[in-house]
Amino acid sequence: MDRPHSVIFMTTVLHLEAVSRRFGERQVLQDVTFDVVAGRMTGFVGANGAGKTTTMRIILGVLAADAGMVTWQGTPLTRAVRRGFGYMPEERGLYPKMTVRDQLIYLSRLHGLGPGTAKRNAEALIERLSLGERAGDPLENLSLGNQQRAQIAAALVHEPEVLVLDEPFSGLDPLAVDTVVAVLRERTARGVPVLFSSHQLDVVERLCDDLVIIADGQIRAAGPRQHLRESYAQPRYTLHVDGDAGWLRDELGVSLVDLDGPRAVFDLAGDVDDQTILRNALSRGPVRSFGPVTPSLAEIFREVTR
Amino acid sequence: MNTSAVTRLVAGRELKVKLRDKTFVFSTLFFLLFAVGATALPAIFGGGPSSVAVADESLAPKLREAGLKVRVVADPERLVRDGDVDAAVVAGPQVLALTDAPGDVVRALSTEPEVRLLDPDAVEPVVGFLVAFVFAMVFFFTSLTFGLQIAQSITEEKQTRMVEILVAAVPVRALLAGKVLAGGILALAQVALIALVTIVGAQLTDGGSDLLPVLAPALVWFVPFFVFGFVMLAALWAAVGALVNRQEDIGGASTPVQLVVMLPFFAVIFLRDNALVMTIMSYVPFSSPTAMPVRLFDGDAAGWEPFVSLAVLAISAAVTLAAGARLYEGSLLRTNGRTSWASAWRDREMQRL
Repeated sequence: MDRPHSVIFMTTVLHLEAVSRRFGERQVLQDVTFDVVAGRMTGFVGANGAGKTTTMRIILGVLAADAGMVTWQGTPLTRAVRRGFGYMPEERGLYPKMTVRDQLIYLSRLHGLGPGTAKRNAEALIERLSLGERAGDPLENLSLGNQQRAQIAAALVHEPEVLVLDEPFSGLDPLAVDTVVAVLRERTARGVPVLFSSHQLDVVERLCDDLVIIADGQIRAAGPRQHLRESYAQPRYTLHVDGDAGWLRDELGVSLVDLDGPRAVFDLAGDVDDQTILRNALSRGPVRSFGPVTPSLAEIFREVTR
Repeated sequence: MNTSAVTRLVAGRELKVKLRDKTFVFSTLFFLLFAVGATALPAIFGGGPSSVAVADESLAPKLREAGLKVRVVADPERLVRDGDVDAAVVAGPQVLALTDAPGDVVRALSTEPEVRLLDPDAVEPVVGFLVAFVFAMVFFFTSLTFGLQIAQSITEEKQTRMVEILVAAVPVRALLAGKVLAGGILALAQVALIALVTIVGAQLTDGGSDLLPVLAPALVWFVPFFVFGFVMLAALWAAVGALVNRQEDIGGASTPVQLVVMLPFFAVIFLRDNALVMTIMSYVPFSSPTAMPVRLFDGDAAGWEPFVSLAVLAISAAVTLAAGARLYEGSLLRTNGRTSWASAWRDREMQRL
């Protein structure tokens, strides 16, 4: 597999190496290996119960691994290193009766920041996530959407060097998603690796640079999103001409998937050059569009988890 | 950041939350008012010499000498019946009163025999009972209320899943230590405040001036016994808080802890006269915080005894704290229903991290 960031691989990668975990009789994770590269958003996708949350808990040291290990910048994680991580657990929770500002300051202090920095960071995030008016209110008085923003602020307030977010976008309206994405992009621009899970494949497709797909506790695919799309692409093409595209039926090596007058979707046999088909089409009249079909994330997901 | 810095941060938050909690502030104020009322009010309203009515003027000087308010009237009995005076002295001499025999009037009319006390340091039974009752009450109520608060604070973090963020960031034992520390500070501060108000109140009204020197040694010993006893129970309350997932379940899960608080409380009050039982209880960790100061107050304990008892209590507190920490760690992240004491004890997940 290509490593687009192989130069910085040893120094700025959160790396999971053959991590396994069982709960009683159930093997929840089996040899889970993948990277979260600095400066990139890595989408973590899998069905419910596939092992996403368990993996994240192991990264954060809330659960132990039976085998394997997690390293950051080439060294195994310790409590002190993890204190520099930002974590948003799947099941949300902050202190209901504490004000948003107070809990942000408290959390950044717990992560080792001094009182001055903690206060400045809290105020900056409150501003950035548009929580200003509600920052002095107890969390329980906020709307669910604002509570979710506060939760994201709680994961970011100590300027973590690694971010692990379990379903950060669930419960957010589209505007809030954009705000949060912008905030996360600021972090990746500073070189922070971000691992986020989501069951909303369209959101992941839009946001992630890299992709990790897990099913039944095993990694089924991992790598840059574009790379995965290409490698899971069928030799499938679409053609749009002015006349009828029915002639494709008689072309050697073409198997039609769909034909609708001037539009056609077809697969090509391995030894057939797609440019031959294009030339044939041009010789019959104008071609409006021609190109390979890239699979959607949903299709790749279905393919690898089958 | 080291464990003690985290402990201080955690304790600081607990204190801040509690001091802003209206229920806590008002209950403290209520206790203070109660303490003022109990010490100052009887002296202010209840005291004062009895008023007495006589028909025979010759009796008056003797009664006046005893500091009583004397009225000479034709029909003293009517004044007593009307409630205008506390008592009347009629021919005989006979003392009339409505319901209670007026001690000061009786004393003024009688010749007291000389009294020679063989055990002059012994405590009046009533005072002895009151002191035992107060020590037992203070330890009982504070360990119950502040212990429960520690449990509630821990359950809240479990219930809101805050605990997952906390565990990822700081050592679990620092969380526990911070909560026990904050609970201990609040408990001790509240008791000290109430004690101070009570003592000052008693001094001002001249009610306790002779009691305080007798009480002082027992009070001084009560403080370390209270601290270790509180820590021991707080560790158990912390374990209870970590076992359950919802505030509503604390009551059920804490029954064993409530028993070890309540049984010594009643035992010390009701078996106070049984020297053997009190001696045993003054060494048993759960009852010694109350029983040993009571024995010291009664003058029944030898000088070395509180040291031994305190050492036993301190060791027990350390062992309980270690056990409580293990139970806390073993159940803190289990969010599927209530965890049993046994499975919390066996869960060693945290040790693998």
